This record gives sequence, structure tokens and C-alpha cells, in this order.
Amino acid sequence: MSSIREINVSIIEDAIYNLAIEAAYKLPDDIHQKEKEAFEKEKSPVGKAVLETILKNVEVSAQGVFPLCQDTGLAVVFMEIGQDVHFVEGNLIDAINKGVERAYKDAYLRKSTCDPLTRKNLGNNLPAIVHTFIVPGDKVKIFFDAKGGGSESMSKVQMLKPADGRDGIIKTVVDWVIEAGPNPCPPTIIGVGIGGDFERSAILAKKATLRHLGEKNPDPRLAEMEEEILTKLNNSGIGPAGLGGITTSLGVHIEMEPCHIATLPLAINTACHVNRHKEILI
Amino acid sequence: MAEYKLKTPLTDEDIIKLKAGDKVYLSGVVYTGRDAAHMRMIESLKQGGELPFDPKGQVIYYVGPSPARPGYPIGSAGPTTSYRMNPFAPILIEKGLKGMIGKGKMSQEVKDACVKYKAVYFASIGGAAAVVGSAIKKAEVIAYDDLGPEAVRKLEVEDMPVFVCYDAYGNDLYELAKKEWANKL
Repeated sequence: MSSIREINVSIIEDAIYNLAIEAAYKLPDDIHQKEKEAFEKEKSPVGKAVLETILKNVEVSAQGVFPLCQDTGLAVVFMEIGQDVHFVEGNLIDAINKGVERAYKDAYLRKSTCDPLTRKNLGNNLPAIVHTFIVPGDKVKIFFDAKGGGSESMSKVQMLKPADGRDGIIKTVVDWVIEAGPNPCPPTIIGVGIGGDFERSAILAKKATLRHLGEKNPDPRLAEMEEEILTKLNNSGIGPAGLGGITTSLGVHIEMEPCHIATLPLAINTACHVNRHKEILI
Repeated sequence: MAEYKLKTPLTDEDIIKLKAGDKVYLSGVVYTGRDAAHMRMIESLKQGGELPFDPKGQVIYYVGPSPARPGYPIGSAGPTTSYRMNPFAPILIEKGLKGMIGKGKMSQEVKDACVKYKAVYFASIGGAAAVVGSAIKKAEVIAYDDLGPEAVRKLEVEDMPVFVCYDAYGNDLYELAKKEWANKL
């Protein structure tokens, strides 16, 4: 029998605190690299100028005064928790929220949570949106995602018919992203969740946006679909900031799980070019 | 596509020379406002009240900046998505507003108001917020302080780069650019 590993929740709080601040100011290297490649390849002069500004923005932000985007997002946390872990000295969710609150205050990040009806800003960016997954082992893996409102609004879940199949999925994704056009701050990263059920597809789609940019799905069928969708999007003409060009999306990531024989759930989660996510293994 | 340097407040003469696709370097005063501020402004007008500033010739920037660090006038300040201001923009344009700065598509009613009253919708680069924020010289909250990031601010900008997206002739840069660059991969 494996032994229980105790983890003080203050470790989680500090990890969240550091991830949130790093995410806000430092673009992940994989995305930065893709943007540099896109700048080289872009054929539209305006599109190229936009990408140049986007690259400059990454540099200005890395100096630590101005966050990458004024919308420093809702704090979305994916946690893979080893089943042999026992959190001690407090409540896990409270610790996550404390880490978020401290980070957003100390690092001058925008507080963006509000009451849905009165629209009153809650002033602390709480609560964090936490998704936990129990996995084997005694480690904890945390993915922190600062999710902005502009790209999140250009997301959806659609229950397709099984007969829609592969081509129906591709068409739905491509049509949706083209319709969203300039709104979600292209060049975007498109997360697609196929299967599971209604809410599972949405979680898969968001998790897909956290994958390292350029990594393909190991299932060759899905890798091919990712490539086909990406080509269609970059042929749409939308381009960087929607001002025209061949860089509408930097990547398309698909995650898939089995679904019910009567359903074909499809979720599309759009991430902007400042797709701020960080991860740590504890 | 032409390039212009313009100083606010803008006049009809400024507006009629602008065409979708032109690049404009804006200087002078620009007011900020987004969802909650617009709801309040329009509610105030309905009640027969005043706006926090006279919109004649002015430009509104759809932005909710991140907090200013000590010694800086403002934090990061890129555009927010404009379509949420669709119901409000035509009312302010009718009151003399000459420009909006944001990102993303707006409605046909906004395009029509730009034609009818000679106004322009400028597109800015979403997510280039550190670049814009670091170029803002002065920022002062002039109304609705309780709204935090959504308060109305008076900004002083110098050569803020924006693109003419909807001009006073009914053109739409997003549509034009998309057509021009489709199937060019």
C-alpha cells in the first residue's frame, strides 16, 4: 500500500500566487516562438505590422510593469491531484483563492469578477474557477490559466448529431471562428473538445488551449483534423487583429473522449494570442 | 491607405477625409468607457441628466485598464471587444461623439450612425495592452470611480496608433481586409 503524502495548503497558495503573476507578465515561450514564426511568414503588410506590435508587447510586458493584457482574466485552475495526497493545514479551495487574491493585488492585475446581474465588480477577482482531477500517485500538477473575457465570449458548446461526423465538426469549428472574426484578438489558439457529454466537452476544449503550442494530438485522425482546421482558418483572410492576413490562428488543439451513442458534443474554446497559462508539478 | 496625425477634438473635416484602412496617430484627450459606464451614461440621459463629459468632437476608448503602479498614470490599456457597446454608440454619436476606439465588429446601426452623423470607428490591436498603456501620458478618473476599472477616465495620449475601421461612407475595414487576404496561404 502506498503511503499518504501530506502537502501543506500554503504551498498550493504560494504556487498559485507565483503562477498568476508570471502568467500575467511573461508570455509562454512556445507561443512567443510561434508568433515570431508567424511574423516572418505573414504576407499582409498590415498583418505583419500588427504582429510586430504584438511581439513588442511581449517585450514591454516582460519588464514587469505592464501586464501583457489589461484583461488579466478570471483565474482558472486545473489541478491533477494524486490520490495519495492529503492536504493539511487548511482548505484547498481557500488556499487557491488566497493565492489569487494576493497575486492580483500585489502585481497590479485587473480584478474582473462581478455580480452577473448588478455587474458590481467584486474587487478581488474571486472566486477562482477550479477543476480538480484525481489521478494515481502522490504529486499535484497545477495548470493556471488567466482567461480573458473577449476570447471566452467567442466560445460555445454545440450538441451535434452523430451523422454530422468529422466533416460536420470541422465545418462547425471553422464557421464559428470565422464568424467571431476580429473579436477574440486573433491570432487565436482554438481549443476543441469532442465527445464526453455537455459539460465534459467544454472542459476538454479549455484544457486543449493549455497544450504546448505546436504539439499535435497523438491520435493521427485528430492531428489531421487540427491541421485541416488551421489551414482553413489561416485561409479565411481575417489575419492578425482581424486587419487582414494569413495568420488568423496560431494553432488548433483537439481533445476527444468517448460519448453517448446518441450524441456528438462539440465545444470550442477560443484563446487569444496572449494565451496566459503556466504550470507546475508539486 | 493614407496615414494621418490627428488631434482631438475631431471635426467633420477630419472625419470626411478618413477612409477605412487608413492609419491614424491620435493625440490629445481620449475618454474611456466600457460596459458599466455606458449603461450609466445612457441611463443618465434617459433621466434627463448630463453626461460626465461633453461628447461633441470627442473620442471614447473602450477600455478597462489594469491598475496603475505607483509613479505611472495607468496600467495596461488595450481595447475591449466593442460589440457590447452597440446599443449605446449610436446615441452618443447623435450627441456629437466623433470616434470610438475598440476591437472587433460593431452593428449595422453603428455603421449607419457613423455615416449619418459623420463619425468613425477606429480599430486598435487587442492584446497589445502593455504597448498602449506605456504610451499614455496622463490619466484621471472623472466619473463613476466606484466602477473601478470601468470608471470613466480622461486620458492624454500621444500618437496612439489606430486604424479607421468604419468610416463615414459605410466602409468596413474588417470586411475589406478579409476579402483581400482570403485564400492567400
